[in-house]
Amino acid sequence: MATDTIAAHDDHHHGPEKGLLRWVKTTNHKDIGSLYLWFSFMMLLVGGAFAMVIRAELFMPGIQVVDPHFFNSMTTMHGLIMVFGAIMPAFVGLGNWLIPMMVGAPDMALPRMNNWSFWILPFAGAILLSTFFMEGGAPAFGWTFYAPLSTTFAPDSTDFFIFAVHLLGFSSIMGAINIIATVLNMRAPDMKLMDMPLFVWTWLITSFLLIGAMPVLAGAVTMMLTDRNFGTSFFDAAGGGDPVMFQHIFWFFGHPEVYIMILPAFGVISHIIPTFARKPLFGYSSMVYATAAIAFLSYIVWAHHMFLTGMPVAGQLYFMYATMLIAVPTGVKVFNWVATMWKGSMTFETPMLWALSFVFLFTIGGFSGLMLGIVPADIQYHDTYFVVAHFHYVLVTGALWSIIAAVFYWFPKWTGKMYNESLAKIHFWWSIISVNILFFPQHFLGLAGMPRRIPDYNLQFADFNMISSIGAFMFGASFILFTYIIIDGIRNGKPAKARPWESAKGLEWTLGSPAEYHSFDKAPSRKAIEQESQHTSVA
Amino acid sequence: MSSKDSYYVPHGTYWPIIGSIGIATMFVGMANMFHGVSWGGSVTALGLGIVLFMMFGWLGQVVNESVNGLYNSQVDRSFRWGMSWFIFSEVMFFAAFFGALFYAREFAIPWLSGEGNNQFTPDLWNGFVQTWPEIAFKTPAAELRNGTALSVPTELIDTWGLPALNTAILLLSGVTLTFAHHALRAGERNKIIGWLVATIALGVAFLGFQIAEYGHAYDIGLKLNSGIYGSTFFMLTGFHGFHVTVGALMLIVILYRVQKGHFSKENHFGFEGVAWYWHFVDVVWLGLFVFVYWI
Ligand code: HEM
Ligand SMILES: [Cu+2]
Repeated sequence: MATDTIAAHDDHHHGPEKGLLRWVKTTNHKDIGSLYLWFSFMMLLVGGAFAMVIRAELFMPGIQVVDPHFFNSMTTMHGLIMVFGAIMPAFVGLGNWLIPMMVGAPDMALPRMNNWSFWILPFAGAILLSTFFMEGGAPAFGWTFYAPLSTTFAPDSTDFFIFAVHLLGFSSIMGAINIIATVLNMRAPDMKLMDMPLFVWTWLITSFLLIGAMPVLAGAVTMMLTDRNFGTSFFDAAGGGDPVMFQHIFWFFGHPEVYIMILPAFGVISHIIPTFARKPLFGYSSMVYATAAIAFLSYIVWAHHMFLTGMPVAGQLYFMYATMLIAVPTGVKVFNWVATMWKGSMTFETPMLWALSFVFLFTIGGFSGLMLGIVPADIQYHDTYFVVAHFHYVLVTGALWSIIAAVFYWFPKWTGKMYNESLAKIHFWWSIISVNILFFPQHFLGLAGMPRRIPDYNLQFADFNMISSIGAFMFGASFILFTYIIIDGIRNGKPAKARPWESAKGLEWTLGSPAEYHSFDKAPSRKAIEQESQHTSVA
Repeated sequence: MSSKDSYYVPHGTYWPIIGSIGIATMFVGMANMFHGVSWGGSVTALGLGIVLFMMFGWLGQVVNESVNGLYNSQVDRSFRWGMSWFIFSEVMFFAAFFGALFYAREFAIPWLSGEGNNQFTPDLWNGFVQTWPEIAFKTPAAELRNGTALSVPTELIDTWGLPALNTAILLLSGVTLTFAHHALRAGERNKIIGWLVATIALGVAFLGFQIAEYGHAYDIGLKLNSGIYGSTFFMLTGFHGFHVTVGALMLIVILYRVQKGHFSKENHFGFEGVAWYWHFVDVVWLGLFVFVYWI
């Protein structure tokens, strides 16, 4: 080990090492970005498989496929794996790949730590999944792991779950610190903050959310751990504690967490729409300020998840109005995207299709969120399938949509190849039709009163559930095609130009396709930065 | 090529994967230990050993590179950003526990005692008597839900005894550390060493008194399972004590590095990073002293 220290520093211009160990040892932001993205894709498939089990059970009323306890484990692990294993790592992967290229840096600021933030994840994932094989089964208390379900009444495997959450937290915090240091310290000297592309901006702000929120989650699971094993009474009313306090601490983390999963998505969309509308982004600086405003507000609205816990009316009112406020900066963003497209010369390549449908579908999720934020309405909707529909519109057709859009958009830059455009379009239409068959009826189910996290239901819910399940199986199958398109593109794709989208802006397009192993050994000039900035008009 | 003009990007490292294996081993060991599995303790120790090995190896390598002049001022700034936001994340971790303390004190306990017309916990714990700190508190359940009996403390910990002394000690250690920093900037090696040794000694004294204090707490019946006050008391002071221990160990490493002549007047981020950490631990203690011991 000692040999790789000093001697290695001047092999700056070398390419990657050979062999599998390259991936274990790597400190290169592109390698690590790829590791994150593949890991996240695998987790997406695992979490997706759990979802298929859930929808199979819900296909018809009655208990057919799995027993109720295992059903609960499925919903719990599905949620945990999708949030912590699929969406978050995918965004860190995108950040790793793109941020150094977008700010004109050679690599991430703390490359060894970058390796560590990735290589903790497989261990966390393994510990989390290993709970399935323990006595008492995997956690079954929902991804929100409310006490006392997760303290007094949970199986032993919960302690493994707690440690897995700790590991995930370490990883996220290190990743966030690295991104802050990279953006603030590695940026090309001539790039001012207000020159930064929006993906960089949104990730910078997301990093602050991560560093503020993840440690609080760590605190929550630590309290759970001691309540479970050492007789403390944080969440036990017999000792003066309060199970509702768990919810406060959890959602103090949890609401920023949902913005952790959507702000980078906003960044991605703000790159794709201008490219294919052939117009500069409308309202660049308002986008930046809106992102910051959303991040700030996300810290002070958490109890809108808890309207039914019996909080004082003043609390309900405050959290309701604060929640409504978030719609303002979010609306600014949506209007800016629409204004960017206004009178643009639009074309509809695959990334644009995903981005465009993001604007529609995410907005549906935003509106249902507003409805949920209204106290008297939420009394009706809380813990029903309406909530499930809401967060799937924001997370699947929001966060995941933007990730898929990003994969198609930057695929040529990463691989040097073009994917198969016609297959990709088929995949898009297949996905968007099936995802709506899957989630739209869940609104009706929820409004009619079907509770969430339940393996069986009343007969009146049967039709919509069957439709939803059919959509789910179709959507699940779309990932077979997706996998094929990606692998086929990497293997057989036509070589891509350095700037495969004619009006794409950004320093990353000034590099080759595939981008060189080390991004910018020399910082880009002011002229290059200006030419590639998101505010100058497209020639 | 001269390493000073370009950002140092290390190539290939095994330390992170070793660290991951270490932490995962430690956590798996701990979870098993909590469940009374016989090998839990030794696996925990093994994992901890691997983590320590990794820390020494990794940081040792960084020190080596720094001493060999591979880092430029930009790398130095990356370390500064990294350390400051790491400390901020620690602040938020403590904030969660302080938050629990405030919540329990301001909301949970009063509500349990019937405040707010008893509308929040109607008849849930009839006969619950509010006290803070919970001295001779009454709870209708003699034991917690998970079956462990609650330990009810019989007297208060005297704020102006050991806790006040420890406050003075930690504040003083912040001062001595600042003197060490001034000496470092003036390049007076003997003074640096003197002030550093003083700081470490104060840190160790703090820890010693803290242990004595824990003994006393146990004697009067204030334990982890003394209800919410005992929970917040021990978790806050415990995590703080852990941080003081880590800080003291880091100061010892810095002392060693000073003796080795690793630092120059201008260039001593290692020293400063540890000093920031120490001041952070100091500030947390002030919060503890006020909210846990005093008011
Ligand atoms: C206009 C913005 C939004 C508003 C006003 C809003 C409001 C709400 C409210 C009030 C709830 C609680 C419903 C209940 O349990 O009764 C909720 C749940 C949820 N929201 Fe949103 N939301 C918004 C955007 C988002 C975004 C962007 C995401 C993620 C990307 C998200 C993810 C979630 C999740 C995961 C839940 C369910 C949590 C659980 O498991 O109980 N929301 N939202
Ligand atoms: Cu929320």
